[in-house]
Amino acid sequence: MSGGMVAVHAVALPFLGAIGIALAGKQPDLREAVTLTTASVLFVLVMLQLPELLAGGRVMSSGFALLPGVPVQLTIEPFGQLFAMIAASLWIANSVYSIGYMRANSEPRQTSFYVCFAIAIGSTIGIAYAGNLFTLFVFYEILTLSTYPLVTHRQSAEAMRAGRTYLLLLLGSSIALFLPAILWTWHLAGRMDFVPGGILAGHASPGVIGVLLALFVFGIGKAAVMPGHRWLPAAMIAPTPVSALLHAVAVVKAGVFSIVKIAIYVFGLDVLRGADAGWLPWVAGATVVIASLIALRQDDLKRRLAYSTVSQLSYVVLAVAILAPLSTIGAMLHILGHAFGKITLFFAAGAIYTASHKTRVSELAGIGWRMPWTMGAFAIGAIAMIGLPPTAGFLGKWFILSGALSTGHWLAVAVILASTVLNAAYYLPILHAAFFRDGAADDRHGEAPLPMVIALGATAAMTVLLFFFPSIPFALARAALGG
Amino acid sequence: MIAKHLPALQVVVPLFAALFCALLRSGTRAWVLANVASWAAFLIAAALLVRVLDEGVISYHLGSWEPPWGIEYRLDALNAFVLLLVAAMGTLVMAYARRSVAAELPAARHAWFYTMYLLCLTGLLGIAITGDIFNVFVFLEVSSLASYVLIAQGRDRRALVAAYQYLVMGTIGATFYVIGIGLLYLMTGTLNMADMAHRLVAVKDTRPVLAGMAFLTVGICLKLALFPLHVWLPNAYAHAPSVATAFLAATATKVAIYLLLRIFFSIFGAGIAFAELPLGEIFIALSIAAMFIASIVACFQDDVKRMLAYSSVGQIGYITLGIGMASKTGLTGAVVHMFNHALMKGALFLLVGAVVMRIGSGRIADLAGLGRRMPWTTAGIVIAGLSLIGGPATVGFVSKWYLVLAAIEKGWWWLAALIVASSLIAIVYVGRLIEIAWFRPPPAGASIGEPPLSMLVPAWILVGSCVYFGIDTSLTVGVATRAAELLLQGIR
Repeated sequence: MSGGMVAVHAVALPFLGAIGIALAGKQPDLREAVTLTTASVLFVLVMLQLPELLAGGRVMSSGFALLPGVPVQLTIEPFGQLFAMIAASLWIANSVYSIGYMRANSEPRQTSFYVCFAIAIGSTIGIAYAGNLFTLFVFYEILTLSTYPLVTHRQSAEAMRAGRTYLLLLLGSSIALFLPAILWTWHLAGRMDFVPGGILAGHASPGVIGVLLALFVFGIGKAAVMPGHRWLPAAMIAPTPVSALLHAVAVVKAGVFSIVKIAIYVFGLDVLRGADAGWLPWVAGATVVIASLIALRQDDLKRRLAYSTVSQLSYVVLAVAILAPLSTIGAMLHILGHAFGKITLFFAAGAIYTASHKTRVSELAGIGWRMPWTMGAFAIGAIAMIGLPPTAGFLGKWFILSGALSTGHWLAVAVILASTVLNAAYYLPILHAAFFRDGAADDRHGEAPLPMVIALGATAAMTVLLFFFPSIPFALARAALGG
Repeated sequence: MIAKHLPALQVVVPLFAALFCALLRSGTRAWVLANVASWAAFLIAAALLVRVLDEGVISYHLGSWEPPWGIEYRLDALNAFVLLLVAAMGTLVMAYARRSVAAELPAARHAWFYTMYLLCLTGLLGIAITGDIFNVFVFLEVSSLASYVLIAQGRDRRALVAAYQYLVMGTIGATFYVIGIGLLYLMTGTLNMADMAHRLVAVKDTRPVLAGMAFLTVGICLKLALFPLHVWLPNAYAHAPSVATAFLAATATKVAIYLLLRIFFSIFGAGIAFAELPLGEIFIALSIAAMFIASIVACFQDDVKRMLAYSSVGQIGYITLGIGMASKTGLTGAVVHMFNHALMKGALFLLVGAVVMRIGSGRIADLAGLGRRMPWTTAGIVIAGLSLIGGPATVGFVSKWYLVLAAIEKGWWWLAALIVASSLIAIVYVGRLIEIAWFRPPPAGASIGEPPLSMLVPAWILVGSCVYFGIDTSLTVGVATRAAELLLQGIR
């Protein structure tokens, strides 16, 4: 099977899996088996591409023209491959976790949950493998629409309100800003595909590039750049498996992935250097710091993690804004590190809720001894967020800092240092309370159910392993920038 | 032999079917006849479209009288497309009609209803196919009178008032139209569109011609419900029987838009209409007003059919915006949205009509929990609603793409921004409907059960088309592009 066909199959598989899950809806065990099988096969399909990409090749599928001159096309390039691998591997972990969570908490409407999840993952792989802006946009919107039922899963009045914020912000920004940006790019460059070095060179003045960049950055609402970040904390109303994969990995990562991909392959770092893009580091830096400050004040654990995500996402945007190749590699590695670290943290939060029904940071005293595996994983995730070795969170930060120092970008350096301190300030107290304070006398709960513990143990282990074995992600990141 | 006379048969078949229908007493037999006639019309329209795409312009002389003395039926890519649209909507709506009409009208009136529908179909097909400007008026009156009767059949007493309001405004529109024709006839001496286009070149700057153009424009804009001449539409769509609403929403305004395009571009030519007169600016201004005001008003409606009616006024604004821009991309967007909107609104009105029939009320608040009571119907409404918003892989997206691209090509960034801003309003009124259908619990004792398959299948064919033509745009965009080129060429 040609590489192009494998790409098409990889994108189509989760959608087909969704149909299978829907059909197996009446038999929960069969349904779960379909999910796990689909996730595993997807992982294999995605990994099949790796050798060719590491050898420096790119894989293109044939496109079909939806509109004249506007093809829907898949192209596997190194950065997209990295993202697809993250999404596919974490789908497996998340499916195992979801099975534990949904059954332990007796959540209703589980079939529609798993169906929408599969569609969302399919859209994510579509985004990862998109060969041009139009394809990216199509899957981006499908992702928004398929995650809306997941965010509003509980169907309470609060969920409905959160869903409104989610939909209005994401659909609004994409239709009002992202779509015109795509059309404008097509109008300027005559093409929309992703090419190393960008397609806009020589087609637009620096001012126009600056405005176009703004349209993209604020139009891709999933990257949660302030002030378009409100949907993220609102979406915490969803069940934790949703928060874990979608808001630690798929949805938000699709956002920053798109921004980085557009920066490298549509604009090109050289064009951006010559453009009026000086505002971007400030906006990204402000988001990093302000979101961290808000996180400090959150007592609800998931909300604290949500604002931490907003902050970490803008690390990636900041890294690209530095416009140095080193920091761009850092951006890609940070997508990887944050994905594994954050999903571990969310898994842990859900495990805490399932076992003890606690949702607030202030309630977590002594919980480390009652739930050692969970809190151990939480500790690893927290260290990854702070960005210390031996976790994968350190990798991205190292490269971003190197890039910032090499170009003399003191703003970025200051922001990174400040946010490291802030991250420590809102994660370490949780660990301290969990392990060094005594729990309430009437706490009788134990560890979370086994599937959940397996999942969070696996992702925590990966967070550490990726620190020691970063060669493949690093090679992909290097290849994306052209070696 | 028959193939030669297909253009005439396109109108003759539904007309005679209407006559026979009037003689039938039984509603069922009338329905069967209406279906057969609709299918015949659809097959004829499809055959004609294929021929036009192969051969180019088809010219048919009625009674073998040579134009410009005789009436000529003239088909090019644009009106063959419109014919196909109207006839296709007719077949789908007729399949749906049996249960819907049975539920909403007293038995004695069924045969009359189908007669009126066939007359309306005749009129609309006639407007689309004819190449004689007065013949258009004849068919315009036939279809309008039939539609007044159709609307008046609604169960609610307000249907009569709505029909009367539409009658008054529609007659004003038709009268303006005929005054316009009169003035043009005065100056050119001919009623044949192609001939008139030639003769107008010499007299284009005279007062009577400009006055005639103004009368024609206002008259047609009344029919196509351009803001602020749209006042008849919400009442008519809200209170008419579901079959009538679905059919008229998908066809009547679209045929009026076709007529506008024909008159502006083919008869007058883009040069007069847009370069010398400020018609482009006027249309753009009114369209923007329609897009925003109508969409915002739709958000505040209690009745789901009224909400969709105001949404239609807003969507017609997009079409006239494309016309006002008068560029190839703009006209492509306008023609393609003409088709796409017919699909979307046709689907929505059919589904909503089925819902109203099942639950007995059209108020949005009464639709609570619809997702659980009628999952397939609600899923159809969701998909068609997403198409209205302009989600990718749906027809709504294709139209938006071309309209925004047209604005960007002209360098009118503010207009591109306005187009996308107004489409955000659709998120609000569609989202509201979806929220109530999915998040509110159904009222106690509410009926649970899908509408009958004979209603659900035609509606879902339209819903499927919304997605299919959003992915495979070769037919719609291909024909629209050809039509746009033809229109901009001016004299045919």
